[in-house]
Amino acid sequence: MLTDVSGWTVAAVIALGGLSVATGIVVFVVDSMARATFALLASFLAVASILVALELPYLAFVTALMMTIEMAIMAVFMVMFMMNPAGLMPMTMVHNPRGSAVLGAGVFTVLTVGIWTIEWPTRRGEPPADSTVQLGEAIMGSHMLVMLVIGVALFATIIAGTVLATARGRYDRFGADLDAAAPDDPVPGGLPR
Amino acid sequence: MTAELVLQIVLTVAAALIGVGVFGALSQQSIVMIMMGLELALNGVLLAGAAAWYFLAPEVPDGQMLVVVALVVMAVEMAMGFAATIAIYRARQVDMVDMATDLRG
Repeated sequence: MLTDVSGWTVAAVIALGGLSVATGIVVFVVDSMARATFALLASFLAVASILVALELPYLAFVTALMMTIEMAIMAVFMVMFMMNPAGLMPMTMVHNPRGSAVLGAGVFTVLTVGIWTIEWPTRRGEPPADSTVQLGEAIMGSHMLVMLVIGVALFATIIAGTVLATARGRYDRFGADLDAAAPDDPVPGGLPR
Repeated sequence: MTAELVLQIVLTVAAALIGVGVFGALSQQSIVMIMMGLELALNGVLLAGAAAWYFLAPEVPDGQMLVVVALVVMAVEMAMGFAATIAIYRARQVDMVDMATDLRG
């Protein structure tokens, strides 16, 4: 049974945990969307570092890699869609901040009270020598159904994302044979065909 | 320091991430910033799953699978969020949730 954790590990986990929460708060404080994106990335990298301390190096690597790429893509979308991506002027784009803060603090309070008041069960077993092997065997064995569902969900996401993001083409506007007299546009206008 | 105390500290960090994420998702007007709030909350779920695996039941892979599912939910949320953003911006130049009030009762 695990009774003690080394002091250095505890110190690292506390420091990285504090960093992840602090950078998470920074996301909603800074004016620049680009800075917010990279603050979120810092939060993810801090959590990935905690995963290393928890002997999950593979999942930590996946988290760090995936989030780095994801935040890079997000920064591009920031520049595409948002005003003031560089933060050159003060910017506030919030609604009901007081109610949101109360709800966020309420969620944190409820969870924290639960965490510190319930009696946690003792640890069952020891971590395997290689946690990646344990995960791989689970994916290809006892937990294969989870991965099958994940695979279908990701495939559906690819199709749905493509359909949503694709512009209405000529076949959407004029029909399968392009023989419609007028385009079927949601907003009328443009040149007659 | 006992393992239970470390578990409680890590879970408190996860709770803080979820709380900040809920605040962000509810308070922001920009669709992309709302997605960042959701990602932050999922970040907390991911951390809680990893802590539950390590401190409670490391001999079974369920905690690791929870982390994998949280990562997949993040990816799906991101992809569908950007697709919906592109679709509504293309149709109506809407990039803030306050401008999309079709379902208001």
